[in-house]
Amino acid sequence: MKEFLERLKAGSLTGNEKIIPIYNEYDKPELNRSEILRYAGFPAAVLRAQGKGKKDDSFCEVPTDEELARRLDEVIELAKGQFIYRLSYVCAKLGRDDEGYPVLPFEQHSDDLKKNLENCEGVIILAATVGAGIDRLIRRYERTEPATGLLLQGMGAERVETLVDTFNDEVNKACEDMGLKAHPRYSPGYGDLPITVQPDLLKLLEAEKRLGITLNASYMMSPSKSVTAIIGIG
Amino acid sequence: MNILDFMHDNFIILDGGMGTLLQEAGLKPGELPERWNVTHPEEIIRIQRSYFDAGSNVVLANTFGANCLKFDDEELTQLINAAFDNARRAKAESSGKQEKFIALDIGPLGRLLKPYGDYEFEDAVSAYAKTVRTGAAAGADLVFIETMNDSYDTKAALLAVKENCDLPVFVSNAYGSDGKLMTGASPAAMVAMLEGMHADAIGANCSLGPDQLIGVMEEYLEYASVPVLIKPNAGLPRDEGGKTVYDVYPPEFSEAIKKLLEKGVRIAGGCCGTTPDYIKAVAEKAAALKPVPVTDKNRSLISSYTHVVEFGPSPILIGERINPTGKKRFQQALRESDIDYILGEGLKQADAGVQVLDVNVGLPEIDEPAMIERVAKELQAVTDLPLQLDTSDPVAMERGLRCYNGKAMVNSVNGKEEVMEAVFPLVAKYGGFVVALTLDEGGIPESAQERVRIAEKIIRKASEYGIAKKNLIFDPLAMTISADTKAALATIEAVHEIRHGLGVNTSLGVSNVSFGLPSRNIITSTFFALTLEQGLSAAIMNPYSYEMMNVYHAFKALHDLDANCTEYIEYAQNLPAQVPAGSQSAGAASGTQGAGSPQGSGGKPAVSPLQNAIIRGLKEQAGNITRELLKETAPLDIVQQEVIPALDIVGKDFEEKKVYLPQLLMAAEASKEAFEEIKKEMAKSADGGGPKRCSFVIATVHGDIHDIGKNIVKLILENYGFDVHDLGKDVPEQTVVDKVVELHAPIVGLSALMTTTVPAMEETIRLLREQAPWAKVTVGGAVMTQEYADRIGADKYCRDAMETVRYAEEVEKSL
Repeated sequence: MKEFLERLKAGSLTGNEKIIPIYNEYDKPELNRSEILRYAGFPAAVLRAQGKGKKDDSFCEVPTDEELARRLDEVIELAKGQFIYRLSYVCAKLGRDDEGYPVLPFEQHSDDLKKNLENCEGVIILAATVGAGIDRLIRRYERTEPATGLLLQGMGAERVETLVDTFNDEVNKACEDMGLKAHPRYSPGYGDLPITVQPDLLKLLEAEKRLGITLNASYMMSPSKSVTAIIGIG
Repeated sequence: MNILDFMHDNFIILDGGMGTLLQEAGLKPGELPERWNVTHPEEIIRIQRSYFDAGSNVVLANTFGANCLKFDDEELTQLINAAFDNARRAKAESSGKQEKFIALDIGPLGRLLKPYGDYEFEDAVSAYAKTVRTGAAAGADLVFIETMNDSYDTKAALLAVKENCDLPVFVSNAYGSDGKLMTGASPAAMVAMLEGMHADAIGANCSLGPDQLIGVMEEYLEYASVPVLIKPNAGLPRDEGGKTVYDVYPPEFSEAIKKLLEKGVRIAGGCCGTTPDYIKAVAEKAAALKPVPVTDKNRSLISSYTHVVEFGPSPILIGERINPTGKKRFQQALRESDIDYILGEGLKQADAGVQVLDVNVGLPEIDEPAMIERVAKELQAVTDLPLQLDTSDPVAMERGLRCYNGKAMVNSVNGKEEVMEAVFPLVAKYGGFVVALTLDEGGIPESAQERVRIAEKIIRKASEYGIAKKNLIFDPLAMTISADTKAALATIEAVHEIRHGLGVNTSLGVSNVSFGLPSRNIITSTFFALTLEQGLSAAIMNPYSYEMMNVYHAFKALHDLDANCTEYIEYAQNLPAQVPAGSQSAGAASGTQGAGSPQGSGGKPAVSPLQNAIIRGLKEQAGNITRELLKETAPLDIVQQEVIPALDIVGKDFEEKKVYLPQLLMAAEASKEAFEEIKKEMAKSADGGGPKRCSFVIATVHGDIHDIGKNIVKLILENYGFDVHDLGKDVPEQTVVDKVVELHAPIVGLSALMTTTVPAMEETIRLLREQAPWAKVTVGGAVMTQEYADRIGADKYCRDAMETVRYAEEVEKSL
């Protein structure tokens, strides 16, 4: 990535570079309990209100409902060891067609993505997953203990988002060091960028072989706690 | 020469990576490599010839992704034929002097099977079958199934090979750094399943380098009685100047392989990042070694999609509760297709500590083959315990074995010719560990000797089908001592003789012994102890019985089967303080805490203890209090006066945003616990379930597999007493309509999570309007909005479960 950013900065990317996916396995990122609750249906504002009084006015880490707090602990314990943290990415020069739409190593035509990638010279395209273990757990609990199932859903979402955040922080840092700016990441399904771009995007990242991500007929990813995203760099 | 004959005395050297070399030759990311068989045959031939030159005995034809999901029939046939033409050219042109074979290479379809994905197991079998038939016709010497990261997918591929050709078949799985397949299987689990289905060689490829796969290989060698293979990557990929490079080079790679060959691996090659140089180094190292003979490990294994259970070293508990015999509530659940109840019985037994679940769903008025398939599939989606398929109907047995994700236990055969001839072929095809009852046409012999004689007969017959002794477990039948006080002695002696004389595992349904006597658990558990001492390998039993669990844990501790008595201590610490003497049952595993008023009275004064338990989501308390109330109060009064008002309070709090979804669900769980007690009570009376509210058909629409939202709505509706018919997820449009028509249901709920599946919802509504114009349709789901709902012609958009309840009440009132 570093070499890519250096060349991007120097303006020496030709667009003819070979695009080869880089694959990484990450250590467990730190757990964010209030994010789990947020994904499980607790509005952020409530969590913030309950968290008042803490230094930095952060989200609450322990809900005031004791039974819920106990259940959340149980769920976190239950899910221990169920996650893997895998991510694969490619770096590519960002081209533009005649109308100024971005040209990427996978086909798309999106006004919203065009806007997101304004002033960008390159992109990092990524796929990440926390594995199928959490899906198995969700299966196990969603019908017999739906509250546990819901919290597991929340935890899976928190895990994969935190994994991508970790990578995103690395990207931001590397860009900053080089005087570049990383744009907010953008995913298929946002705005007018359809999820039908997923097959090409995943193929590009060798996501099936490297990460075990497959798509179903409706373009949903399995494992379900997987993310694809595009980070513009300018 | 046949590859199996060659393999008998020789190592087999496989080829190395293909993808990396094709990329170097100009294959673009995303381009399908199989097309190169036709567009760039010279590149394919060049690479494959260099592998034969390097010493490969087996080169894989370039057919890894050649399947009907990626290519149409015509192109598929063309690409596979071209692949074999190329490989044959490479073989003919190679200067290598070794034996050479060409394999049909089969990789995963790229679609995850149900329950985690949306692809049907049988569709996968059909898809692989097409590739197998074409490859066999094109002249393959063997089939090589590889890089499979899901056990179920692996089973589908192997089944397709077995059903469509007679070629030898090697099966290789891709393990993660945790030593498991992506969907959870351990190497031992794969050994059990694949050997049961007669794979000729098994092992691992891809994902990792040879050193990281040592643990996986050791597990294979420990369990496998067939040759073991390895085809690892050239280490781990890493980023070097924007290129992926692998960190293990031919000298270290071949050295690592050499160590594995010395340990007993018989077949080796390379995967991603390896080149002919790697293979040459491996072939040279192998030439200097003598192959370790492959021996029968003689282990009695069954497996689930994650792990094996072994019979012999330590007694195994098989939970008997999934069985309608004598259980009114279970029969009711079967008749109503109340799968959740059946799953609940499985999960409770798992929590109680059984290692295997017996599954018996035979009831005269239900379609047993369909039900056993459904229950087996549902159970293996929620529990990782291996299953014992328990049916006397061979058709049902085959349905169960076919869809089972692993190697199942088969219950049962006996000494009757007719029964053996029906069941043994199924076991020979699908694999299995068979319970054999020592009875035959002449009935159950009284003496132990006669039962042993029948066992010998069964062993002989099984061997005619290639089923070894290690895959049999004998049940010498426990008979009640209330009819004949010598009965237990005969059984105990037979257990001893079969285990120690014949050297085969034994199992008993122990509880029969006490039939007709008071305080049966005392007799049953003592009998259990006596037979364990004679070498009983397994018992089909009630895990909620403390007496039985006491014997089991004490026996293991006394027999040096429980290191440091750790398990026993943990068990003892979790025992309730006082077990009533001669207690019949521990009840549900969760019901062990005393009933009573809730601690810390946070509830409002107007709220009763049961209501407080429900509102706060205290499941155990809700169940316990309900049990107490049922002693004096009519079941329906509890529903009307306690449960519904409590749900209303939570529902209102939810609507007013005083509580949120997790809390609503916790309350629903607690009320479900109360309802379960009420249902149990009502099942005792003749009318069964009692009156229900109007029917409500609910489904996640075609193409959509995420159903958490729908399940939440279903649960809350059920709590409010609606007769909910849940059709599941990914439900075809017409299926919804048919159900609505069948029930004349006044209301239908449809859920869609994705914009891509909203058209399926629209189509379902259109068909409903045509064929069931009376039905009101409410829609919901992540992408739904009022605007969307209006556009596709729904009657109502409900934001959440409570709104759906209110709407259903409104519709019901207007009927």
